[in-house]
Amino acid sequence: MIDWALIAESLPAYWRGLQFSLLLMLISVSASFVLSVPLAIARVSSNPWFAKPVFLYTYVMRGTPLLVQLYMIYFGLAQFEWLRESAAWPLFRNAWFCAWLAFALNSTAYTTEILAGALRQTPNGEIEAARSLGMSTGAIYRRILLPSAVRRALPQYGNELVMVMHATSIASAVTIVELTRTARDVYYNNLAPLEAFGLVAIFYFAITFTLVGLVKLLERRFLRHLQPKSADPAPVRA
Amino acid sequence: MLQGYLPAILEGLRSTLLVSAVSLAIACVFGLVGATAKLSNSRAANVAVDAYTTLIRGLPELVLLLLIFYGGQIMINKLADRAGLGYIDINPFIAGTMTLGFIFGAYLTETFRGAILAIPRGQMEAGLAYGMTRMQVLTRITLPQMVRHAIPGFTNNWLVMIKATALLSIIGLDDMVHRANLASAATRQPFTFYATIAVIYLAVTTVSILGLGWLERRFSLGVRKVEF
Repeated sequence: MIDWALIAESLPAYWRGLQFSLLLMLISVSASFVLSVPLAIARVSSNPWFAKPVFLYTYVMRGTPLLVQLYMIYFGLAQFEWLRESAAWPLFRNAWFCAWLAFALNSTAYTTEILAGALRQTPNGEIEAARSLGMSTGAIYRRILLPSAVRRALPQYGNELVMVMHATSIASAVTIVELTRTARDVYYNNLAPLEAFGLVAIFYFAITFTLVGLVKLLERRFLRHLQPKSADPAPVRA
Repeated sequence: MLQGYLPAILEGLRSTLLVSAVSLAIACVFGLVGATAKLSNSRAANVAVDAYTTLIRGLPELVLLLLIFYGGQIMINKLADRAGLGYIDINPFIAGTMTLGFIFGAYLTETFRGAILAIPRGQMEAGLAYGMTRMQVLTRITLPQMVRHAIPGFTNNWLVMIKATALLSIIGLDDMVHRANLASAATRQPFTFYATIAVIYLAVTTVSILGLGWLERRFSLGVRKVEF
């Protein structure tokens, strides 16, 4: 029933697709993390000139489908002649650059909200204490707010990492041969959907749970102070 | 405006909304069954639901969609062949709603489970003690109150799901994205059309947020908010 020969034969292609998927995810989440730290600080700022535009950005990015955002960048921007004639055009013609841009901008919106939520949970006393010791606002962010907010954001950020990993499958719609495109090609060439998509499902499964495991390790390291002291209580059953 | 393509795009919006609504109905059924099974004392049911939610969380929506659309097509036709029926074509609408319903049913399982757990147990026990059947307790006590607790999670899932329907254009559903693809190709103004549908998606999500927020306030009328 299952064509094992086909699976063995296409494994190298999947392996290559896996590397591209992981690469796409890594460059996207690194960019989005770097962007979202300052944006989250602006988002929780009491100055509406900082907070409102960031809110608008995250609202629009989170309210529209990633596929449409990707199409807007990859297919859409070609509409503008000034861009086609500018020096940046080779970049915007490149599917990798467009996918990276779309995923990074999209994930920035979600990550900003996650970090902003974590910043808001900071106990007020910590900030008051820092102020009374004479720390400047910059020092408070660097020493008090960000280190603890990033830690608190860890569980949700782990979900976001998994989301971005899954979102990379959308890059298959713009000619990037990552895992899902590989599976679609194997399917089209052999008309073997179970083998083609079943195998890719196993790959995604493995990456997802590796990611989940890594985040758990980080949580155990960085959120140790929040863990219950006794052994885990028995789960509540209704 | 939009070179006369606006009606075609709005036609696509109808299809997007229809597919979202049907998927949501299917997801609610999966979610309710899943939540009930997860809260039951049957070990087999717990394990089955855990496997279901884990499976869904581990896979991208697009992969499940392709697997069910193409895999389902071949499986059904193998069965139909054996039964002596002719070729059956699964259309993208059926495959899409089934898949999205199946996927978001897993997320709703968690939402509904949490919502049921938020209702004090004593109320269900009291219902049983009064001689109500389990079904009566469910329809009279659990479900009506559960709605209130479930709305925030439900809103999130609904928003994610509307956006996920955009993926159905990849398997050939004639939705808003597909209409925008066609219009872009015909007019060579892709940005205009993708930006238009982005605005429409944003309008749909905004209306959903406002509507469900109103609904949540309605269902919480008798409940006092915590005041800090």
